[in-house]
Amino acid sequence: MLEHYLSLLIKSIFIENMALAFFLGMCTFLAVSRKVDTSFGLGVAVVVVQTITVPANNLIFQFLLKPGALSWLGVGDTDLTFIGLICYIGVIAAIVQVLEMVLDRYVPALYNSLGIFLPLITVNCAILGGSLFMVERDYTFAESVVFGFGSGTGWALAIVALAGIREKLKYADVPEGLRGLGITFMITGLMAMAFMAFSGIQL
Amino acid sequence: MSRAKDVLLDPLFNKNPIGLQILGICSALAVTSKLETVIVMSLAVTFVIAGSNVSVSLIRKQIPNSIRIIVEITIIATLVIIVDQFLKAYAFGISKQLSVFVGLIITNCIVLGRAEGFAMKNPPGLSFLDGVGNGLGYSIVLIIVAFFRELFGAGKLLSFSILPTTSEGGWYLPNGLMLLPPSAFFIIGLLIWALRTWKTDQVEEEN
Repeated sequence: MLEHYLSLLIKSIFIENMALAFFLGMCTFLAVSRKVDTSFGLGVAVVVVQTITVPANNLIFQFLLKPGALSWLGVGDTDLTFIGLICYIGVIAAIVQVLEMVLDRYVPALYNSLGIFLPLITVNCAILGGSLFMVERDYTFAESVVFGFGSGTGWALAIVALAGIREKLKYADVPEGLRGLGITFMITGLMAMAFMAFSGIQL
Repeated sequence: MSRAKDVLLDPLFNKNPIGLQILGICSALAVTSKLETVIVMSLAVTFVIAGSNVSVSLIRKQIPNSIRIIVEITIIATLVIIVDQFLKAYAFGISKQLSVFVGLIITNCIVLGRAEGFAMKNPPGLSFLDGVGNGLGYSIVLIIVAFFRELFGAGKLLSFSILPTTSEGGWYLPNGLMLLPPSAFFIIGLLIWALRTWKTDQVEEEN
């Protein structure tokens, strides 16, 4: 049993890396990866939010939206999956907002270091993507906790690695038209190829 | 009239959402291995941008400033659900291939970016044109990437054989890398390079 969760964790961090295998959260991934410090802060924020929102949406899916899920209310055959998208994004926006207030009140140090990144996370595709993958693959509650944590960690790992490379890139002589965005795309492509080495691993 | 034309045509090359503004890249990479899915995706995104721009612009004077993001996201999510249900009803196969990426149009930054940056300040007609223009700018990049990936990766375009592959008795040995996700990065990187060599004012300063 433990083995199952461990392999799910490894799978969601490395083999199915959110950023480098599914290209989710790319906009922030490319825009906020200029410095290692800031990208580390963003990475931590994503891990925290992902670990909370994926299980929360899992509960919503299991007990409200799934076909026949409302049976505990005495209403038998309901299928509310079509309003799923709006529920998930609502839950994510609400949780990010609550998290922001809680951190501000109890852990001001962490709140200050995360700064502007927390509200930005609402529109990070990696977060919504995590919830959608959870629904598509029909994870149980425990699996969704592991998957949420793993996919968040994988994304954080990727952005910190990219920021490290980009900091070194300052000393390189890049052709004019390729400077900035262009070369970042190339680097991400090479990183994605490197991460594909994991895809042969059978768990 | 010229303003309307600018609003419609600027996003194609001068202010391309993917090439210059780094918006909406997530879906640009994941769905581009086949031309067919890309065309469906482009239509869906253009519809959502244009629709959300018009709706946001119509009620822009009623939206309280403090909750505008939530209002915009709700409008966008509603439009995406319409697209999602439509695809499931009439193009189930493609809907399955796009999997979560239809839903992810909600968090496509182009849509929210245009609603927030343009539709909140401009009348519905112009906002509609801006939405269509940005949708087309996004589509152009996606279609170019998918064209190369499908042609060189599988020797086909829209599932018609263009370069007969060796496995089917032809002469073309398909380049498998093109079907893998990293190739999309290289193609978009080269595309940006080409675009910036052509329009040199888009070159970024060295920092």
